[in-house]
Amino acid sequence: MASEPSLLSMSGITKSFPGVRALDGVDLDVQAGEVHCLLGQNGAGKSTLIKVLAGAHQPDTGTIRWRGEDVTLRSPIAAMRLGIATIYQELDLVEHLSVAENVHLGHEPTAAGFVVRGRAARASTAALLKRLGHSEIDPARLVGQLSAAQQQIVSMARALSHDVRLIVMDEPSAALDPDEVDNLFRIVGDLTADGVAVVYISHRLEEIRRIGDRVTVLKDGRAVAVGLPAKSTPTREVVALMTGRNVEYVFPQRPTAVPEQTPVLEVEGLAREGEFEPLDLRVRPGEIVGLAGLVGSGRSEILETIYGARRPTAGRVLVDGRVLRPGSVRAAVRAGLGLAPEERKAQALLMLESVTRNVSVSSMSRFARGGWIDRGAELGAARAATRELSLRPDNPDVPVRTLSGGNQQKAVLARWLLRGCRVLLLDEPTRGVDVGARAELYAVVRRLADEGLAVLLVSSEVPEVLGLADRVLVLREGRVVHSAPAPELDEHRVLDLVMEGSPAS
Amino acid sequence: MTQHVSPPRDSADKVPSANEAPAWRSLVFRADLRTLSLLGVLAALIVIGGVTKPDEFLDTRNLQLVLTQASVIGVVTVGMTFVITNGGIDLSVGAIVALSSVWATTVATQEYGFAGILFTAVLVGVGCGLVNGLLIAYGGVVPFIATLAMLASARGLALQITDGRTQIVTVGSILDLGERDSYVLGVPPLVIVFAIVTIIGWLVLNRTTFGRRTVAVGGNAEAARLAGIDVRRQRLYLYLLSGLCCGIAAFLLIILSGSGQNTNGNLYELDAIAAVIIGGTLLSGGRGTITGSVIGVLIFTTITNIFALNNLQSDVQQIAKGAIIVAAVLVQRRTASTT
Repeated sequence: MASEPSLLSMSGITKSFPGVRALDGVDLDVQAGEVHCLLGQNGAGKSTLIKVLAGAHQPDTGTIRWRGEDVTLRSPIAAMRLGIATIYQELDLVEHLSVAENVHLGHEPTAAGFVVRGRAARASTAALLKRLGHSEIDPARLVGQLSAAQQQIVSMARALSHDVRLIVMDEPSAALDPDEVDNLFRIVGDLTADGVAVVYISHRLEEIRRIGDRVTVLKDGRAVAVGLPAKSTPTREVVALMTGRNVEYVFPQRPTAVPEQTPVLEVEGLAREGEFEPLDLRVRPGEIVGLAGLVGSGRSEILETIYGARRPTAGRVLVDGRVLRPGSVRAAVRAGLGLAPEERKAQALLMLESVTRNVSVSSMSRFARGGWIDRGAELGAARAATRELSLRPDNPDVPVRTLSGGNQQKAVLARWLLRGCRVLLLDEPTRGVDVGARAELYAVVRRLADEGLAVLLVSSEVPEVLGLADRVLVLREGRVVHSAPAPELDEHRVLDLVMEGSPAS
Repeated sequence: MTQHVSPPRDSADKVPSANEAPAWRSLVFRADLRTLSLLGVLAALIVIGGVTKPDEFLDTRNLQLVLTQASVIGVVTVGMTFVITNGGIDLSVGAIVALSSVWATTVATQEYGFAGILFTAVLVGVGCGLVNGLLIAYGGVVPFIATLAMLASARGLALQITDGRTQIVTVGSILDLGERDSYVLGVPPLVIVFAIVTIIGWLVLNRTTFGRRTVAVGGNAEAARLAGIDVRRQRLYLYLLSGLCCGIAAFLLIILSGSGQNTNGNLYELDAIAAVIIGGTLLSGGRGTITGSVIGVLIFTTITNIFALNNLQSDVQQIAKGAIIVAAVLVQRRTASTT
């Protein structure tokens, strides 16, 4: 390629948020008329990258070249003027406006500069919808009355209503039925035939094979593969890139034998309709059980249901042989369960508060007499818990938001350590944690298990589950397809199991 | 065996650690700065008052009057601070004050004397708070709507009870509390009640599990729930607390005016919310300051007093209040964005 300059060439893009480096020197090169797929786990930096591309985030460093010229995308409007349109996963349509009004939002055809020419808007909208193969959508209808698939078409019509040269689609197929997906692919084909480039984000590898030209894989804010041929790269290689086989993890040693104790956590036939099928599992003190599966396999849902944050449709959870009240987080916490959730900032941390208060929040009453908190005792206990996990900095008075991702995770673990919890549920424990800090976190988890905690670990990073857990359950689409001691499994076998039945493997 | 794998990029770890200590120190500094700047505004107002009307403004009687006027709205504001710190809002405080004050001053209630009036005022306040709290915490009604409905209903009920008439208090022991004879070392009893409510409020918010839960739920309700806090019960308690404060405020108002009227507490909700906001409590919840709210109340009351002494009309007063609210919020936005 490349006698002609690329349509878009981003290089060395970095972007940091407090506590985490979301993008760490990412390159992306897109040619006119190609479908360029962007792959990566949640938290790999895809959303940040497309927000930079859409002008919604400003990169800290790096350059963006558009048709051979350096540009700065100061705002979403600036990006749109250049011809870059983004269709977000959560559609940004105004439900109470009509299809035509949404399509022309911000650039309405007007008479005398301000009177909206409704008929002209509806006519041009109808033409766009026809081009997209959806002439059945009435431009005068309210967007809120349309189905998810139709709303997506409207979003696309909005993108096309500008003179667009590059469309970013963030998981466009997530809400679609199979034949709607076919129509989507036809539209993508038409667009690229016209010379429009498409940056396509999806978790579904088989889709990427069908329509993709090249693939860029992101992991931990870095591009681990740039411009791979989409059709000929083996699936296994792509998945391995996403899940990070190439990073050399160091895992703590397993104890020679897990002590034969009665299980502390028992899950019997637990299920949630539409999310995961009846599940049985047992975790003994000192044991780490891992659940491996890709996004959408029901991993997080299972943990949250065990924890009582979601109400099961069937089955029960027992701790020490006693049944937990279903759908009650408080009952679970009282029985000795602790959750380190996937979305640490949204689900676990009180971002405005200090490390101490984040650590003590689940055991406040222990430092209180008649509701009155003994702050000295609280600080002492929080300090002891954070020291035990070597949380840095060694000062529990600092606001938790100033910590790095790994140390924020340690603050969450310290919370449950302080509470004296006996079953730790870890959901993607190293999400947003720098590679260097992961080994330390693994060592912490293993040490907690050695001290008698039962750990249930969920991760989409297969090497993580295999390296850390004693026993592994492999999940696919809400169902356990395999269960074995971790040393008996290897990564390829698990990847095959995880993707079994997918046409591309 | 904790062996660190450090592929090419230990630089990433240093990004957050580089600015840890300064960020923390500046946060503490900034919290103080906010209170100090509010105190500065209050001091400036006192200087303005002293310069424009030196004899009248600094007179002991006038200062007693200012503090007495601040007491009623001040007690309401302490309750409001808790509600807003929790991420809620209570639009019904003025109406609850009105309903409590008229219910506590009906002829029937007055027969029970001092205790009957106090008991009724507090009970009606807590009762209204209970309805708000149940609707919001367990009924899933958004606080804005639930308390707006309470505003309308409580005002209506107050009008129905009084039929629009002023209910004069005839209980001597109540009226005595408003007299100069009952001042303690020159401090009116109302001001003492305000001071006690403020101190208790500060302690509860900053030193108790209740206060911690309030802040935690306001900062991140989902995280609080997953940490094992009963978020709904906490919300219920907060509207009860706000109702309790309204009941106490209604009692103070009865002492102050010697009567109960259905027009009492008019627009208290706006004054209380404004004082909480300029005090530095986050409207979105998660951070609250009783000290700031009380200084906010004192600022507004002092402005009103200075304007009245200088014979300026209340329209000018309202404009000044509006300007102060905007200025305070803009300053807060600046400090928030530079954090």
